[in-house]
Amino acid sequence: MASEAPIHGSIVVQSKASAISLPCRQILSAMEEKGFAKDDVFAVHLAVEEAFVNAVKHGNKMDPLKTVTVDYTVDEEKVEIAIEDQGVGFDPQSIPDPRVGENLYRPEGRGLLLMSAYMHVFEYNERGNGVHMVRYKDRPIAGRSDVAAG
Amino acid sequence: MAAIQPRVSVEYLEGATVVAFTDDKILEDTDVRALRESIEAVIEQAGRVHLVLDFRHVRFLSSAVLGLLIRVSKRVAEQGGQLKLANIHPGIYEVFKITRLTNIFDIYESVDSATQSFADRR
Repeated sequence: MASEAPIHGSIVVQSKASAISLPCRQILSAMEEKGFAKDDVFAVHLAVEEAFVNAVKHGNKMDPLKTVTVDYTVDEEKVEIAIEDQGVGFDPQSIPDPRVGENLYRPEGRGLLLMSAYMHVFEYNERGNGVHMVRYKDRPIAGRSDVAAG
Repeated sequence: MAAIQPRVSVEYLEGATVVAFTDDKILEDTDVRALRESIEAVIEQAGRVHLVLDFRHVRFLSSAVLGLLIRVSKRVAEQGGQLKLANIHPGIYEVFKITRLTNIFDIYESVDSATQSFADRR
């Protein structure tokens, strides 16, 4: 019988895109152990990838001397993830809506939208170098009007 | 069917060029760059191409792939061609809906319906 104790992890990894594979595997494996559905796993996988790429590219500016810290807790009801880089931070409000006007044709700028669309809680810290995300098991995301409206 | 690089396969059907992604997950910049080079090579070779990108194997992608598709779309348009997407898994289709890229890409249920949609065949 699987343990009901939450699964925690805290990993400091190199600032390169491929470094997310280990913490990501651990998080997704913990979710499967806790009985999360495929849709939940897909959502968290996407959000973690996007958050990590942002941390490496835009946060740490690809500096190989900097690191990214990934903390996670997975319990029977939710998965909670914090990803923090060593950059100066940014204001998430300064990122234009990629769904509007000419932005729709820009190749970049959709990461924040996807993270906020797939996670129940999605918030940056005050400095703007750390993101905190929560996804609850089998719970629809409120306000996903884009999906419903198509 | 010819394999240009391990990450795509290329097939020619009824005047259309069908490029299928062979990986089930497309994540890293290196993956995306390799894909872009492969697809752009196909576009350069074909000129005014009727291009179908087949997603039948793809179960996961990041926003970097969306950027790749936009770049490919622009390149195809510059050469007077047309781009269609086919066989997008429901989970991936949701990503297109959230980002409203369903508004700018022609998406078909199958490669057959995509190839048949090209009105102006060469």
